[in-house]
Amino acid sequence: MSLRLYVPCDAGALAVGADEVAQALASVASQRGLTIDIVRTGSRGLYWLEPLIEVATPAGRIGFGPATSADAASLLDAIVSSGQHPLRLGAVEDIPWLKRQTRLTFARCGIIDPLSLDDYRAHGGYRGLARALTLTPDEIIAEVTTSGLRGRGGAGFPTGIKWKTVAQTAADRKYVICNADEGDSGTFADRMLMEGDPFVLIEGMTIAGIAVGATKGYIYSRSEYPHAIAATAKAIAIARKAGLLGDKIAGSNFSFDLEVRMGAGAYVCGEETALMESLEGKRGLVRAKPPLPAHHGLFGKPTVVNNLLSFAAIPFILDEGAKAYADFGMGRSRGTMPIQLAGNIKYGGLFETAFGITLGELVDEVGGGTFTGRPVRAVQVGGPLGAYFPRALFDTPFDYEAFATRDGLIGHGGIVVFDDTVDMAKQARFAMEFCAIESCGKCTPCRIGSTRGVETIDKIRRGDRVGENIALVEDLCGTMKLGSLCALGGFTPYPVLSALKHFREDFGPQQPRLQAAE
Amino acid sequence: MTSVYEPWEAARGADIIAEHSQMEGATLPILHALQEAFGYVPEEALPMIASALNLSRAEVYGVFTFYHDFRSRPAGRHVLKLCRAEACQAAGGDALAARAEAKLGIALGNTTADQRVTLEPIYCLGLCATAPSAMLDGRLVGRLDENRLDALVSEAQR
Repeated sequence: MSLRLYVPCDAGALAVGADEVAQALASVASQRGLTIDIVRTGSRGLYWLEPLIEVATPAGRIGFGPATSADAASLLDAIVSSGQHPLRLGAVEDIPWLKRQTRLTFARCGIIDPLSLDDYRAHGGYRGLARALTLTPDEIIAEVTTSGLRGRGGAGFPTGIKWKTVAQTAADRKYVICNADEGDSGTFADRMLMEGDPFVLIEGMTIAGIAVGATKGYIYSRSEYPHAIAATAKAIAIARKAGLLGDKIAGSNFSFDLEVRMGAGAYVCGEETALMESLEGKRGLVRAKPPLPAHHGLFGKPTVVNNLLSFAAIPFILDEGAKAYADFGMGRSRGTMPIQLAGNIKYGGLFETAFGITLGELVDEVGGGTFTGRPVRAVQVGGPLGAYFPRALFDTPFDYEAFATRDGLIGHGGIVVFDDTVDMAKQARFAMEFCAIESCGKCTPCRIGSTRGVETIDKIRRGDRVGENIALVEDLCGTMKLGSLCALGGFTPYPVLSALKHFREDFGPQQPRLQAAE
Repeated sequence: MTSVYEPWEAARGADIIAEHSQMEGATLPILHALQEAFGYVPEEALPMIASALNLSRAEVYGVFTFYHDFRSRPAGRHVLKLCRAEACQAAGGDALAARAEAKLGIALGNTTADQRVTLEPIYCLGLCATAPSAMLDGRLVGRLDENRLDALVSEAQR
């Protein structure tokens, strides 16, 4: 009998031994004369179970995890005999953590072979493009606008309006850029999708190109993501060969091609104007806006710059219709958000759900609290530029406006959990230090302010005129917030001020606090 | 994987530059390609890039020095990168970084005197749900603890 097994090749699974498990399964099987077919997939995003091995059965896919290479022999025994195994998880689709989600953008991730066009099509892929090709560009844009999709990079700007601006700007050449420079700590959704379902990104960008009249697209990602870049580059080559990129896409009159470009370790290049400078081969210096990229973008041409998750939502919207997407969510935050649970968390991973779920549900119910078993003291939402929230704010619903009202942001959807050993003054210092390391240097509040911020927080931690220096940090944060050119200097105050506001007791001469080593 | 780099040769450098010079915004792809071949970007290459792309030497130097990735001299035989961003901090990364520094006798950002190991901070490998994480010569390692870190350090020292 031939067995079909699925083993992830997602970087997060590789980091905990997925390749070793795949090799061990193959070698045990060959010793036993078993014919097995190992399909390498992306990750389902249930990272505490990685490496998560799945086997195809008439009753659906059955999961086992977290597996090690030492488990290969017993796993194959259990699989062949349909018997019990300590790592057996039952039907993967029925795992409550997965079942509770609404997977629109991540519908295929972890299920299909990421580089198989047939697999992608068999799971609904390229239906969005097929429908887009029956519409006029204006109708495509209207569909995106009606869906309520807002930029998933953090700013939450309506995607349809951005596209319309580019479509209405006349030029001999236009560009579509995918911002896959996912530098925020605690985020990995872009990486997962590039590794687990790259065609959805290609399809989304192709639809954008048709809608706005662009013929060339760039995917700008990070050198820290070599697996994601390699998978995306391969997928582009496959799509091109199949006539889905290049001249006359899918037999239409539209032409659109894509290229992946790799950054070089500069966080600020995740800011859209710095990203364009970098793509042009320059230092990643932030540009002043206006002019907007939609009018004057890459190489001075009208350019759509969207986050990877925004593009990846497009095929569903075109396929199922704007209303199907807009039916999810709350208030002005429509659709679903792929939320990433990270840091000191028991059940960490990718949790895609409609907007509106509360922070407390995410951290306590879904995430199961900390893996150290200690109480959760703080969570940082939205990356290094996001605010730290205490338990008292755990009733905040996941929604752009609700977070803004509480001086926070959802950013790219990352949530990093800290237990009660965290020193919040140290975290505030790190926010300033990170800004100093990554500042592009163009504007003074960010370049100088961040360094002065580190020095002043150091004084507070030494017990040097604590009250006066706290006031100074608060004043400095105001200057950075209002005076910086971009979100790096402008949002660094969020983690600093939130730490000061909610965890003031940590600011002062360092106390011998709870230590993890106790 | 242990990366084996070619020794710098101007003719080979010129070939690499020529291979990429027709791309839009070619500077970064060229710098990456040179570093991939030689392990660093030799100073001699910068004016060559400038002339191929019709830029000033200052412009190319500015780009080269802006990005954290590009090296002006070869790294140690192995490069161990430890993630130092918030998700890894939350999961005990600070103590592990200090442990690696103590074991190797160098601070982050330095190379051991025997040129075997370069220890560097990295700000997020995107493995935040299996934190703390590290990368040894391109190989990813998650769920680091003291034992796994010690094994990585020993491997790098070999």
